Amino acid sequence: MIPALANPDRFMAFSRWAAPLLGALAALLLAAGLVLDFTAPPDARQGYAVHIMFIHVPAAWMSLFVYACLGGASFFSLVFRHALARAAARAAAPLGAGVTAAALITGSLWGKPTWGAWWVWGDPRLTSVLVLFLLYTAYMALDAAIEDEARAAPATAILALVGLINLPIVHYSVVWWRSLHQGPSVLRAGGPSLPPVYLTPLLIMGLAYLTGFGALWLVRIRGEVWRRRAAVMAMRAAA
Amino acid sequence: MSGFSLILRREFALAFAGGGGPLVAIGFFLAMTSLLPLALGGSPERLAGVAPGFAWLVLALAALISLERMFERDYEDGSLDLIALGPAPLEMAAFAKALAQWATTTAPLALVAPFVVAALGGKTALWPIITAAGLTGGLAFAFLGGIGAALSLGSRRGGILIAVIVLPLFTPPVIFGAGAIEAFGAGLDWKTPLLFLAAYALAAAALSPFAMAAAARNALS
Repeated sequence: MIPALANPDRFMAFSRWAAPLLGALAALLLAAGLVLDFTAPPDARQGYAVHIMFIHVPAAWMSLFVYACLGGASFFSLVFRHALARAAARAAAPLGAGVTAAALITGSLWGKPTWGAWWVWGDPRLTSVLVLFLLYTAYMALDAAIEDEARAAPATAILALVGLINLPIVHYSVVWWRSLHQGPSVLRAGGPSLPPVYLTPLLIMGLAYLTGFGALWLVRIRGEVWRRRAAVMAMRAAA
Repeated sequence: MSGFSLILRREFALAFAGGGGPLVAIGFFLAMTSLLPLALGGSPERLAGVAPGFAWLVLALAALISLERMFERDYEDGSLDLIALGPAPLEMAAFAKALAQWATTTAPLALVAPFVVAALGGKTALWPIITAAGLTGGLAFAFLGGIGAALSLGSRRGGILIAVIVLPLFTPPVIFGAGAIEAFGAGLDWKTPLLFLAAYALAAAALSPFAMAAAARNALS
């Protein structure tokens, strides 16, 4: 799939219908997930605060997934010097920063009623996700600081790959320095511990975030391609 | 090997000739230390409580301030082009530069840190672990910092950009080092976090020269 889409013309033809399709799918899944979320009974211990989970947990998953996409695109951009991969990496960064910020904010809102604090510094995972957010910011800052696109592409790709080392640390920090934060309860040996009333809407919301990200990502890559074509046309007109 | 030692000797000579060696970073360290009681109040108990953590954090920050000189000067006067053209691989030159950065900036800070802790009223018995963590963690700070220094070459705002790039990467060594110092003070197992710190520092020393060299080549192209 990736080699076929490496051709910008073929990518534009594909994303022209794939982006709205994914967007419509995301809207449907989001509606279904929210209906199932609000019809789910309040949790015995957390009460209605459990509803924050359906917004927070998929955002936290996506914060890692988008960084993996950013890292993968950066790898192709750095190794094969592919312009479309660079556009994909560049397009993913603000989306990842946004979804990570959403995870941090909703996590904070969830922490107040359940843990009694907006932010718990003693918890490693909070700190790691904040670091992930800072990595996205660093990527965007470096991207903005280098004017020459031919130099910005490899430099940002190197930074993204260095930051990729952070991803396993974020994930395994739960296991390494577990303290207040709840341990993994969906992806763990022995199957999920969540009851199906919560698990089904959670997974649907996860798919909604995933397809929503796919749609926005494709739209943003298309924007990058258009921006580049406009720059080429401006150069030709000026010459 | 001769190319490596040549670059290393050159870095040392440059650091001590024009840059004043470790004095700038140590001056920053001491200035921050004198500001801490002014910001936090002079209460001895409070200062003693935060002293080890403060010293560890400011050591990380002080390792940051001299990074801008690491590649930028050679980039501007063309020496980096010559080093890249020379027989020694750029990765090796980057390793030598980061090693020199460690020896001339972060390692002296690690030796000063116990005095800073003592001056703030912290436990003097902590000095072996603070020095050990400072020397080990300083290696990670120098090599990770070198990546930031090389990446920001040729951009418009160097210093602050390096900080934004490098500080998130400093998180694991800061956590491990603080963990080791805290465990040592509490009489707990301090070897595990210190070994984690050492592992992180060695991995950074092994891998980051490739990132530095790739970034420098990109800036030179």
